[in-house]
Amino acid sequence: MSFWQKIIQYRWDRIEAAISRKTAQDVRQAMRAPNPNFDDLLALLSPVAADFLEEMALAAHGLTVQRFGRTIQMFAPVYISSECTNSCVYCGFNRHNQISRATLSVAEVEKEVMFLHRQGFRHVLLLTGESPHHVPVEYLMRIARKLRPLLASISIEIYPLTTNDYRHLIQNGVDGLTVYQETYHIKRYAEVHPAGPKRNYRWRLETPDRGGQAGFRRLNIGVLLGLSDWRVDGAFVGLHAAYLARRYWQSHVSVSFPRLRPAAGGFQPQFPVNDTHLVQLMCALRLWLPDAGLVLSTREPASLRENLLPLGVTQMSAGSKTAPGGYAAKENVEGQFEISDLRSPQEVVRMIAAHGYEPVWKDWDASFLNAAEH
Amino acid sequence: MTQYPPLIIADRTFHSRLLVGTGKFASTQIMQQALTASGAEIVTVALRRVDLSNPQDNLMEAVDRDRYLFLPNTSGARDAEEAVRLARISRAAGCDPWVKLEVTPDPHYLLPDPVETLKAAEIMVKEGFKVLPYINADPVLAKRLEEVGTVTVMPLGAPIGTNRGLKTRDAIQIIIQQAQVPVVVDAGLGAPSHAAEAMEMGADAVLVNTAIATAGDPVGMAEAFRLGVEAGFKAYIAGLGRHSWEAEASSPLTGFLRSNHA
Repeated sequence: MSFWQKIIQYRWDRIEAAISRKTAQDVRQAMRAPNPNFDDLLALLSPVAADFLEEMALAAHGLTVQRFGRTIQMFAPVYISSECTNSCVYCGFNRHNQISRATLSVAEVEKEVMFLHRQGFRHVLLLTGESPHHVPVEYLMRIARKLRPLLASISIEIYPLTTNDYRHLIQNGVDGLTVYQETYHIKRYAEVHPAGPKRNYRWRLETPDRGGQAGFRRLNIGVLLGLSDWRVDGAFVGLHAAYLARRYWQSHVSVSFPRLRPAAGGFQPQFPVNDTHLVQLMCALRLWLPDAGLVLSTREPASLRENLLPLGVTQMSAGSKTAPGGYAAKENVEGQFEISDLRSPQEVVRMIAAHGYEPVWKDWDASFLNAAEH
Repeated sequence: MTQYPPLIIADRTFHSRLLVGTGKFASTQIMQQALTASGAEIVTVALRRVDLSNPQDNLMEAVDRDRYLFLPNTSGARDAEEAVRLARISRAAGCDPWVKLEVTPDPHYLLPDPVETLKAAEIMVKEGFKVLPYINADPVLAKRLEEVGTVTVMPLGAPIGTNRGLKTRDAIQIIIQQAQVPVVVDAGLGAPSHAAEAMEMGADAVLVNTAIATAGDPVGMAEAFRLGVEAGFKAYIAGLGRHSWEAEASSPLTGFLRSNHA
């Protein structure tokens, strides 16, 4: 049993149609429901719900403060390698893009993390393109062992692995897994992933299952907003998150909201998601999943991040670089995409505090995992 | 003047019966002010939130250890082994050997695992920790923990952070009746009236975090909880009248029995 068995019971076009049929009465009912069902989620994602945005925002804010308090957990991405065998049409690391690429040595990764450590970060997310030749699992294990003493939490956003490989990473101190399905629309998925191992929709879809089975403490999923209709993708990501939370009940599930950003290759989103849509999506998912983490990255501009802060966000990155070595170790390597919020972590932290929230640098401990004793 | 007995946990005496948590506050300044207003003498801090290797850690510094009993908790631990490991690390870093034992394998409702909690408590007590276990309101588990030597039991009123009040009232009543260690009602208390209700029932103390930290005015709410706990405790000591749902009839319905026999 995996999410594949669950998702094949749903049809994209039927969900799309159901969303478009929702009425104001459905939205009101969904907002009042103590335990919203899938139909309620569809109502909250529907076009008519746009008229209830302020009420949804208030409810989302209230739930988030109750469950998470007035805190924002800080993290930073660390790109290990931009080598990639895929040709995702929207991604700067697409193998056909003529960019300068790099793979960091263990010492260089450590240098990057030392830089982030001095800024206060204790939670990092390690990223790579899909190139097991340049970044094999053993290499990631070595990196994790090296970084462990410096960090409270290490997550990965890398190419999908087997359950067994995930277990090895956990044993070496990796506690979180991030993997985005990009879009749940099967045909669209094939169009934007024309070649490379990432073409395999089902293998990717079942990645969080394998991560949950391996025992990651944090599972983070998302869709790349702009690839397909955000309302339907939003319904599927909501369904996926709820499934994971129920099935892997010991893992904390969170959802990210990456919107397509300019990148090498110049891909233009066919289904642009404006700020109002983004707000509606975040609020709908908060009401659907009161306990889920909601993650907001530096893809979004500074002013919007400030306004989104009280709507349900629980985790934020700051001062991010999307090129391997971008913080301290290297120069002139190209990033995966352009970031939008260019402020330093200290500026972001001041902004968070000014809004009456406490930035939390450490909310985990390496000693939870057995790896601490090795 | 009525003399009110102090709260005694293990070998320590406390005059406040309100324990407070340090999570979810908007800033450490507000937290410190709320701690003061609460009158609490025991303050719990999640070990996952502090950097024990750093003496200047924000949260560690914010809790004055001369004034409060710094009660580290193992929140985030998924099994006994993890909780024990965390407790040992905190003691090695110089914390008092007191620990609020939380084994919450489900990160959503944060409900405590009874089996792993009992296992962890047994190990910790043997290693000399003063253990305050967070449990579901399970009277048998409370007795088992008492038997292995925990210094309190801390049954939940409702899941952490829900502010729903004493949903487990009947089971907590049994725990209070049976306990030989202090019963501290932990989690789910959303209003001072909930805290007062627990104290009126005979709880020895309550622990509050979310309801204070996420209130519009956390400092005002901390004071309100202090008063609620005091009021409930004083009412308990004074002896509450029994509930009487109907007025007693002035001519008893069974009065005829007596007149017939007269």
